Amino acid sequence: MIDPGKAVKQSTEKSAPRVAAAPTLIAGAMFGLVFGFLLQKGGVGKYNVLIGQLLLQDWTVVKIMLTAIVVGMIGVFPLHHFAKVNLHIKPTRIGANIIGGLVFGAGFALVGYCPGTAAAALGQGSWDALFGMAGLIVGSWIFAEFSGLTKRTIEKWGDLGKVLLSDLLPVPRGVFVVGFALALSAILMILQQFTIR
Amino acid sequence: MLSPGHLISRCAAYFIGSLLFIGVAADAGASVDALDYPGPAWSPYLVGAAIGVLSWLTFYFSNKTIGASSFYAQLAGFLGKLIAPRHMASLTYFKDNPPRVSWGFVFVVATIVGGAIAALTGGEFANEWLPPIWEARFGDSVALRAAIAFPGGMLMAFGARLAGGCTSGHGISGTLQLNMASWIAVICIFVGGVAVALPLFKL
Repeated sequence: MIDPGKAVKQSTEKSAPRVAAAPTLIAGAMFGLVFGFLLQKGGVGKYNVLIGQLLLQDWTVVKIMLTAIVVGMIGVFPLHHFAKVNLHIKPTRIGANIIGGLVFGAGFALVGYCPGTAAAALGQGSWDALFGMAGLIVGSWIFAEFSGLTKRTIEKWGDLGKVLLSDLLPVPRGVFVVGFALALSAILMILQQFTIR
Repeated sequence: MLSPGHLISRCAAYFIGSLLFIGVAADAGASVDALDYPGPAWSPYLVGAAIGVLSWLTFYFSNKTIGASSFYAQLAGFLGKLIAPRHMASLTYFKDNPPRVSWGFVFVVATIVGGAIAALTGGEFANEWLPPIWEARFGDSVALRAAIAFPGGMLMAFGARLAGGCTSGHGISGTLQLNMASWIAVICIFVGGVAVALPLFKL
């Protein structure tokens, strides 16, 4: 085991230590454990469920994601309203979001697991997840090689900064959240009605 | 160290080779239906709702969002520090995001363990190198599976880093905050995924 106290003292980094504090890591481990457990129980550690979604046959992935989004947003926004949590908004860069999303999707179809579900799949004994995970590590390195270039080019295309969907309509954020949650719930009900799984 | 130009051409050659390989292998493959294979143990609505509640807890107790892809970038950073520390330190991405054992890092390590606990307690431990639906389509070569999945992983990582997140960071955590970037990214993820999966399994 790494002794975090010792690692912080030995660290050459000025701002961020190389190993986070023990309570932070323990919390991360507990939450990760639950996340992996839920992913496996939800069937999204299974290759056929994930690839079935991309073949538009098995709608498990979309059902899980939309339900998580609805439940997540009706908790996080009130908590934020009463100053109990921070929002963590990544900047909207239309070029990078579109190109990155499409490239990610193509890779997702080839691997059959995404970065989080690959971890759950490995835990469930689907050893082929290791091939995708090895590719993820190498691909991250390759991206880093080009990160100076992408920062100067693609990431500048359509850089809008931090934008919420609720900023696009002239309604209070709370109203937007309720309306959006209802709209997503309606989509879920339609999916339930018209999909086999 | 390889120059970016060399890297691109090597990756492209490898990728095109892999796709040709798929084409040949899939020639003999039968058409498959994903619904013929086992589905989830629990209701997707139950699991989705629980993940939603989990996100409240990570926001509240850890001031963090659920995400997975940066774990692999941190692993790449650690690996790079071993192999070429000075080169690694010069790269923009690692200057902006120094690799460290963080909340998000242990989160993904624990995700593996959580998946194992769920599978073992539910009698679903797979212990297999090839998913059955893959085998029905592409045959029993583990090398073929690796040759497709490895470049797929590279593309996924590149795309996630460019888009700023993956199916977890954008697809759940960003979308639930109504982040426009995340909604654009997750829609493009599904468009890209469907566009590659359909020819892969249906042609």
